Amino acid sequence: MSFNKKQILHDISLELQADKILTLIGPNGAGKSSLVRILLGLQTPDCGVVKVKPNLRIGYVPQKIHVDALMPLTVERFILLAGNRNIKNRLESVLATTGISHLKDQSVQQLSGGEFQRVLLARAVINQPELLVLDEPAQGVDVIGQGELYELIAHLKETHGFGVLMISHDLHLVMQKTDQVLCLNQHICCSGQPEDVSQHPEYLRLFGNIPAEGLAVYTHHHNHCHDLHGDVVDGSDCGHDEHNSPVNKNEINTSDENKDHIHG
Amino acid sequence: MDDFLIRALLAGLAVALIAGPLGVFIVWRRLAYFGDTLSHSAILGVALGFLLSININIGILISSLAVAGLLILSQHQKQLGSDTMLGIMAHTALSLGLILISFVHGVKVDINAWLFGDILSVTWQDLWIIAGGVVLVLGLLAFIWKPLLSLTVHEELARVEGVNVSLISAIYTLLIAILVAIAMKIVGALLITSLLIIPAATARQFSKTPEQMAVMAVIVGIFSVVLGLGVSFLWDTPAGPSIVVSASGLFLLSQVFKR
Repeated sequence: MSFNKKQILHDISLELQADKILTLIGPNGAGKSSLVRILLGLQTPDCGVVKVKPNLRIGYVPQKIHVDALMPLTVERFILLAGNRNIKNRLESVLATTGISHLKDQSVQQLSGGEFQRVLLARAVINQPELLVLDEPAQGVDVIGQGELYELIAHLKETHGFGVLMISHDLHLVMQKTDQVLCLNQHICCSGQPEDVSQHPEYLRLFGNIPAEGLAVYTHHHNHCHDLHGDVVDGSDCGHDEHNSPVNKNEINTSDENKDHIHG
Repeated sequence: MDDFLIRALLAGLAVALIAGPLGVFIVWRRLAYFGDTLSHSAILGVALGFLLSININIGILISSLAVAGLLILSQHQKQLGSDTMLGIMAHTALSLGLILISFVHGVKVDINAWLFGDILSVTWQDLWIIAGGVVLVLGLLAFIWKPLLSLTVHEELARVEGVNVSLISAIYTLLIAILVAIAMKIVGALLITSLLIIPAATARQFSKTPEQMAVMAVIVGIFSVVLGLGVSFLWDTPAGPSIVVSASGLFLLSQVFKR
């Protein structure tokens, strides 16, 4: 995968499973969003394959979005844009589970950052997705709201049983809820259980040596990583390849897998 | 009332009927300049119509769609901003049209009528064509309304949710091209976009849903046409510009009484 002749993603291989949360972390410019856009079919890779179960229902929460001020649109209408008429009878329950019932008739331009993310989440889950993809869901949300938002995502995963692919800036906030972490910096630096990744030398090189435990709330600034760009490290020397990580026994459905192989 | 005035009124109302719902999307999607480019290029279509001896409406449709196609192709290049691209195309097509029209011999082409409209010369035959266009546009628009609304709010979200974004956008462009062909006679190539934008902008504050805004834009458009034609009749002002100025007057009023 390359942009303006600059290669930004290469040798990526990952697998998504139902009922699991995979978190993608990495510094700015690491290609996290590009990878997600490729998986969503919004962008075509130069080479490589994405294998998706046919008719896989995907719920997508994009980065904070802006609705033109000249468009009169209530929260209810915004969510119902997700599909046809028969999603309407799920509206009330979705509003309730995402905790935004009281915002139903409010116009979308008046929402706060945290409220809007919940509305986006509601729109993503109303179609009963098998896979939920979130691009930095906590952006523009205050620290307490961020914790609640991750809590809500994990709760929705439990009740709906979908797989989750999430981009995050911040491993510490999402740690407890995540089954697997993939650290991306143009290639897969390391991956595995969150506890392992947070101790992994590649991770520490990228994010600095910050003890993961006891630091529930910590925001990085990533500028210190820029000197690493182009510094290619063979992905195989990371000890925590996802294929080695324990795979859960009770897959909801093996065909729920959403496989992705990209070789640049 | 004179017969020609009734025809003018009917033609104006027909255009208001489709300019309202198409115009709200122009405003929401910030396509004002895009609309301008399509309508300016209609002059090229007029020239084509005369030179190839085909129906002028068909000529306008062809040129508008050709320009729209060029614009879609040019989106792949990233060097020039899209407004620069639109500016180049709009004025090239307009100038090229004016040059080509100067080569038309035999028939006398009233260029002013095409630039600024000649609503008082609408014939019953024109009205039938306009009526057909209105039915076609409203039908197609109702058909694509929901996906068009969805991609207007957020294109990528719509794509992930299964909306065929390029198809819906192409149909919308086609509808604008049809509107341009119809409205040429009413307000002329240079003023068409105003009928799309001004009523829609006026309608915003009276609406709570997208559909309400479209209906309100139609109502504001109808008022503008009636008012403009009335002014034109009373004081002998040019009809097309009078309609546009009436629309602007209503817009200003709505801003003054803004809550």
